[in-house]
Amino acid sequence: MPRRDDIHKILILGSGPIVIGQAAEFDYSGTQACKALRSAGYEVVLINSNPATIMTDPEVADRTYIEPLTPEFVEKVIAAEKPDALLPTLGGQTALNLAMALWEAGTLQKHGVELIGANHEAIQKGEDRQRFQQAMAKIGIKTPAGKMVGTLDEALEFVQTIGYPAIIRPSYTLGGTGGGVAYDEAQFRQVVRQGLHDSPVHTVLVEQSVLGWKEYELEVMRDHNDTVVIICSIENVDPMGVHTGDSITVAPAQTLSDKEYQRLRDYSIAIIREIGVDTGGSNIQFAVNPANGDVIVIEMNPRVSRSSALASKATGYPIAKIAALLAVGYHLDELPNDITKETKAAFEPTIDYVVTKIPRFAFEKFPGASRELGTQMRSVGEVMAIGRTFKESLQKALRSLELDVRGATSDMNLAQLEALLYPNPFRLGAVIELLRRGKSVQVLHEKTRIDPWFLAQLKEIVDGETELRRLPEPQRWSWEQWREIKRLGYSDAELARLRGLDAAEVRSLRLEHAGAPVYKTVDTCAAEFEAYTPYHYSTYEWEDEVAPSQKDKVLILGSGPNRIGQGVEFDYATVHAVWALRDAGYETIMANSNPETVSTDYDTADRLYFEPLTYEDVLNIVEHEKPKGVIVQLGGQTPLKLARPLDDAGVPIWGTPAAAIHAAEDRDTFHALCTRLGIPQPQGGVATAPADAKRLAQQIGYPVMVRPSYVLGGRAMKVVHDDAELDGYLHEVYAELPDNPSILVDDFIEGAIEVDVDALSDGDTTVVAGIMEHIEGAGIHSGDSACITPPVTLSDDVIATLQAYSVQLADAIGVRGLINIQYVIKDGEVFVIEANPRASRTVPYLSKAIGHPLAKYAALIAAGRSLAELGFTEMPHPKLYSVKEVVLPFLKFRDILPVLGPEMRSTGESMGISHDPALAYLKAELGAGVALPSEGTARLIGDGLEALGERLAEQGFEVVRGAQPGDAEDGPDYALLIDVAHTRELRRALENGVPYATTLQAATWMVAAMAAARSGELEVRALQDA
Amino acid sequence: MLFSKPPAVLALEDGTVYYGYAFGFPGRTIGEVVFNTSMTGYQEILTDPSYKGQIVTMTYPHIGNYGVSVYDMESNRPYAQGFIVREFSRTASNHRANQDLQSFMEQHRIVGIEGIDTRALTRRLRTGGVVKGVIHHGEVDDDLEAELVRLAREHPDIDGRDMTPEVTTPLPYARPSFNEHPRVVVMDFGIKHSIVYKLEQAGAEVIVVPAQTTPAQIMALDPYGLVLSNGPGDPDGPKYAHDTVWQLLGLLPTYGICLGHQLLGLAVGGRTFKLRYGHHGANTPVKNVVTGAVEITSQNHNYAVDIDSIPGRQFVATHINLNDGTLEGMAHQRYPVFSVQYHPEASPGPHDADYLFRRFIEEVNAFEGATALPAAGTGSLIGTL
Repeated sequence: MPRRDDIHKILILGSGPIVIGQAAEFDYSGTQACKALRSAGYEVVLINSNPATIMTDPEVADRTYIEPLTPEFVEKVIAAEKPDALLPTLGGQTALNLAMALWEAGTLQKHGVELIGANHEAIQKGEDRQRFQQAMAKIGIKTPAGKMVGTLDEALEFVQTIGYPAIIRPSYTLGGTGGGVAYDEAQFRQVVRQGLHDSPVHTVLVEQSVLGWKEYELEVMRDHNDTVVIICSIENVDPMGVHTGDSITVAPAQTLSDKEYQRLRDYSIAIIREIGVDTGGSNIQFAVNPANGDVIVIEMNPRVSRSSALASKATGYPIAKIAALLAVGYHLDELPNDITKETKAAFEPTIDYVVTKIPRFAFEKFPGASRELGTQMRSVGEVMAIGRTFKESLQKALRSLELDVRGATSDMNLAQLEALLYPNPFRLGAVIELLRRGKSVQVLHEKTRIDPWFLAQLKEIVDGETELRRLPEPQRWSWEQWREIKRLGYSDAELARLRGLDAAEVRSLRLEHAGAPVYKTVDTCAAEFEAYTPYHYSTYEWEDEVAPSQKDKVLILGSGPNRIGQGVEFDYATVHAVWALRDAGYETIMANSNPETVSTDYDTADRLYFEPLTYEDVLNIVEHEKPKGVIVQLGGQTPLKLARPLDDAGVPIWGTPAAAIHAAEDRDTFHALCTRLGIPQPQGGVATAPADAKRLAQQIGYPVMVRPSYVLGGRAMKVVHDDAELDGYLHEVYAELPDNPSILVDDFIEGAIEVDVDALSDGDTTVVAGIMEHIEGAGIHSGDSACITPPVTLSDDVIATLQAYSVQLADAIGVRGLINIQYVIKDGEVFVIEANPRASRTVPYLSKAIGHPLAKYAALIAAGRSLAELGFTEMPHPKLYSVKEVVLPFLKFRDILPVLGPEMRSTGESMGISHDPALAYLKAELGAGVALPSEGTARLIGDGLEALGERLAEQGFEVVRGAQPGDAEDGPDYALLIDVAHTRELRRALENGVPYATTLQAATWMVAAMAAARSGELEVRALQDA
Repeated sequence: MLFSKPPAVLALEDGTVYYGYAFGFPGRTIGEVVFNTSMTGYQEILTDPSYKGQIVTMTYPHIGNYGVSVYDMESNRPYAQGFIVREFSRTASNHRANQDLQSFMEQHRIVGIEGIDTRALTRRLRTGGVVKGVIHHGEVDDDLEAELVRLAREHPDIDGRDMTPEVTTPLPYARPSFNEHPRVVVMDFGIKHSIVYKLEQAGAEVIVVPAQTTPAQIMALDPYGLVLSNGPGDPDGPKYAHDTVWQLLGLLPTYGICLGHQLLGLAVGGRTFKLRYGHHGANTPVKNVVTGAVEITSQNHNYAVDIDSIPGRQFVATHINLNDGTLEGMAHQRYPVFSVQYHPEASPGPHDADYLFRRFIEEVNAFEGATALPAAGTGSLIGTL
């Protein structure tokens, strides 16, 4: 059956705000699906509440709705658009659950919308643990002994039969939320209780543990013709027990013989058929007992997943695109393989390199939270690297992380290292260090259950290090020695460290003796066919197969691994740069290390280098390609911090010059600049030692904001109110920082309004693109504060001042492109806090609010266009209000109080659009998963809430004061919590999914939103109708 | 270790020399250089007699990771003439491993080279076609390099050679059978053990006979089916086999695999041609043109049958290669005779084509015993595969 002609309009569900376990990979898959279906001639309607995505750009779908992903809003869109079909398999668990809810409520049937890509029955069979187990039993595939339970008592009874440790998996949650391993009864009770709560259907699977078994994933595709192909096998370096999203993983599988691999393949095919996934991609996870080869299937996801994104990038096979086309009837053998052009999508990619993925964590943002990794995913991003060997790809991945993984463990003593052999983010570093200190592969295997093959590879890296330390000085290394060292994946910087040299010296010696790396192609076929897809990686081999073109080209540096503070927003900006510059006639080249992105899709830029974003790796690309310009200002701090060294190396940096970036970042020069321009700044200074900090604080007057210089994303930033608190900060936070950075001490202006301004400058003219008023007051990291544009409480005078200051600053700094400036406003007076001459995380949200693609403009300005040419000459005045709300990962970190502060901790954002500010706020909250109540009890804790209490009472709420009496384990007795005293009550609200506010400002907006909800109708509106 | 690996070179007949490190049995070897894109199954590949005379390059860079197992032998020893890898694993990590790759290659005197840019070599083989090459262990100078290139050039081509005598069983053997299964005779042109296992699994009593066995000798065994095995070299080489197959055509349900398929094509008057660089891997899509189903197949061949060259349209194409459109399977118009170019027995590779063994045994079960003459008009398999 070829393309279906009986459907014309297809609704695609996005995955909502980025959360742990469901991240930018679904922007990649959704964007691919939109593009593929449109090019096949279908009309595509998209709903997603996350503005920081490419897929929600008005040009990606025909009709784009930035609306909450709730059944009510989806139904409104269905009623307005009347789609023929709904494709639910590309928006993660969120989309799948939403589609299930719409089906079960009869909404889809009522409107005549067909589910395509996966049917209701298959989704249930794949997702419902009990039905999955029954299905597996039917086809003779083992699953862990387990039982689905709905109560703690049932769970306790069953666990008697399997013993501890036991695994607890809640039904229908993403990223394993609420699940875990229990080693004893006390732990078991706790995890089961949490899991029962977190599961939307309040059931959990209690399961036999296969901790320490080898873990594999297979990515499977099936079409309507029942052709099934395996796209990729993935082996987890961390054995069973660690969520695959938190594991270091490698593609393809390394330690399976063909007989064993084919067994997993046979099982995968049998499973996808038995579950009944008609078309599209699925991900199946297996555990293999290393002692005897026993195989157990752990789970299957009947949808495109994070692993599918990784598998797509690892092989070059566009799983999401093909899955979308299969859903509308195409067969695999009818679709071309883009890479070879001659061959079809009906084949199994074979690769001739090794791919390593390493997750990136954010535990430093949650001091006190346990760092033990388990079945619940907690990483916030990941890097992928490609090398010709595991050793090379692992070392490339390690340096892509932008963390000093090995340095973190190199100074530890033996006992400290051995204490890190349980699953945790430092385990790899500890294992490497222990190998270096002579521990055997066998011993480490026994302690970690990591397969000896991987440990032996690590040992070869370590042995290489020992040998290269013993070599004579690098000036005398032979070509062959250089090559072997570089083939182990050692960077110039590491060699410099190991041999006590300067990195630049190593670089020039290396170029002299070993030369530059060569570039190879990711081609899905191990060179069996000619490849047309320009997707490349570096290695130290014989042949360079990537010839640069003679065209004018621009290299755009991506944003590296997602982390808190640097997320999908920056991928959005870099992709826009690619599109704009390509349209302007340049050949675009993308370099990035993050597999969860649209930018690393091989058809985004004209050429893709999947490489670490380090000085060495980027400079190698520059020297290979010789671009006319390099764009560093759109990918966040990762490329920005390369601006100066690249500039020093003579690389043409386009846009704001490196020196100007530095001048804005450097506190002293920036302060001098503001003084010269007559722009007020909060009082402040730089302390080089803790004693200085105290003196400075007293001089400025408490409260003050303290933070280390050059630490990003609000890391270790704090508001302190007196000497004692400052002492505490200096002891606990500051003392732990490496290199003792100097400390910035600033006046903290209490009760001020904080504002973000994004502006564009072409060097002659500066235009403010938008003013975003924060909902939460100053003192909360701007990335964690909700905000609204256009502003609602600022006077015309203040707005004029903000515009004037922004223009002055952009001109004085010498911006060519975007600048983000933060201000605080107190009693009508405007103070500037900081200015960053680069794309900020508000760019996608603001672009959608004002209807101008700011990142594209920035890229074109970098290429020499003027604002006049772009037609962007004055600040837009949007007719509708847009609110951005954030989502925070507090639920994943036990014992952390969900209170906002100067340290950014949000993972994602939602956007609400309405003619009424309060309704826009309400929709943003809904988009962030917060459904404000319309009735019930409102519990208020803290001072200054009297007026709010009265208004809640007027709305019919029963208002109670103080903490809930009784046991801490009880469920909440309220429908809304306002706790400005920041008590433990917040944790109860969080864990039970009850809306809560921790600041007076947010509470005020919530109350206004609930009032507006009573009178106003929540309309939906496509971006294209603006 | 890193800086003290023993040197080795690979010299090709076109003068290209790749520098790497020695592994396996120390020495020198000459053969036709081919590449295989399977990511697993190096042991099955090394022990597949079809690789007789060939030096195999693995495109996957890590080889040897899971060691070598007695259960993964496709014959009693490796037949590949040499082995080229990017990096062989010094650690064998798998519960099935009985030994590591290094000791296995030493034991069976297989010369290997590692550390070369196997992707560059593969691209060279893809664009320039099959070449002959020499692996040499030890230091080389310009003179020796020139000598090695000359040796590669002078090495006889595989084209036109009959290599079956070097790989076939010297004596017929019957596999022990404990069930009342119909007897199938397998002509061994260089058989992989998996073919025998799969036949047995599907329900056959198997007798394997040497390639030179005559039709009369075969019929004397009272078989209910005939299998033409895989094997090395140019199918034009073993002319005697064309005669044997021709004489047996139509007398028995017949199933040809790889070389067996090519021999069948030649036996009925068709022609084979050499592919530029062959198909060697475990990921090739094949379309069953009868059912429309697509299967992923294991492949290892340098020659293909030109079905249009078979006179009288005796055979119909049943399977085609989705990558290059070449013939992958055919069935006789009148007789229960069919063959495939690829390897339904897998090993290494996917099991998608298992059904062919079952189909063959169904035919064998339905067969009522051989008559002296072909029974006209019965049992074509077209439309049922």
